[in-house]
Amino acid sequence: MDETQLRLDGNACGGMLREVFTTDMTAARGACVGCGTVGQVGGQHLYGYPHGPGAVLRCSVCETVLLVLVHTRESYRLGLPGLAWMQI
Amino acid sequence: MARAAVQRRLTWRLAKVVELVDEAPKVRSLVLAVPDWPGHQAGQHVDVRLTSEDGYQAERSYSIASAPEDRGGVMLTVELLDDGEVSPYLVDEVRVGDQLELRGPIGGYFVWEAEMADPLLLVAGGSGICPLMAMLRHRAARSSTVPTRLLYSSRSFEDVIYRAELDRLTAAGDGLQTFLTLTRVRPTTWTGFDRRVDREMLVQVAWSPERRPVAFVCGPTPFVEAVARLLVELGQDPARVKTERFGPTGG
Repeated sequence: MDETQLRLDGNACGGMLREVFTTDMTAARGACVGCGTVGQVGGQHLYGYPHGPGAVLRCSVCETVLLVLVHTRESYRLGLPGLAWMQI
Repeated sequence: MARAAVQRRLTWRLAKVVELVDEAPKVRSLVLAVPDWPGHQAGQHVDVRLTSEDGYQAERSYSIASAPEDRGGVMLTVELLDDGEVSPYLVDEVRVGDQLELRGPIGGYFVWEAEMADPLLLVAGGSGICPLMAMLRHRAARSSTVPTRLLYSSRSFEDVIYRAELDRLTAAGDGLQTFLTLTRVRPTTWTGFDRRVDREMLVQVAWSPERRPVAFVCGPTPFVEAVARLLVELGQDPARVKTERFGPTGG
């Protein structure tokens, strides 16, 4: 089974994102630095969730890593390597 | 609108199981009483967290199947996954009166509201029917007549979740059409679709792109990806094809 059969939609990690953000993030729009596509968080590809320690969100068009959120014992580490901007 | 409202941090709540409904083999609905439930929109989900005696925790997301208008409780419909960590407990172990940790409602992306007037296409694979059922129940509760087509793929007739209710909703004649496809086992008298969802089936069932339909597709990841790709190939606007992948096996 390849990774694409395991992926979910960004929508599925809406609860985890709410551990960090105070507002729903799944309807938030953002721009991918890889291909320029503007889309909603909920419609991007989600990997590593819920079975891994965090969530990796990739662009549904070009698979650029948009957002990484990892929960460690003490804190969260949030990376936004592939988002030019987000509108929340 | 929920998005405009000031929202506080999402907290875990202790919900109480008030009713259990056997929906199909290996599929059970849990109706939950959730203290201070803020209400939800059709298509949203909740996270459920189970904690074992040694402190190990497992979280899973489950779509809400009940309509926002239903004050009887929040319904989750769960399919048993043989290798699952959470679903065996929810399907086989939970009893009325038990408590579960839950947070939600979650999600503003895979949401349909009765005010949306465009033709609606709902495509479900197996237990992917759950959030779509919330949309159909919401539609009925609001007496909406939005032209709606449901295409529901199931292994067998017995595996069709909410079968009697779907029959009833479809018979109301308010603009809902239901198409079942049975992929593995069929009654001898079956005259409906008898294969996996394919291009020809979607040509027959999906609204023409000129009508600016909105589509919600939910089910196992390979099912959702195949259907979404076909809809876009048939000319549907990708931004109006909303997907909810359940993972490799669904549920």
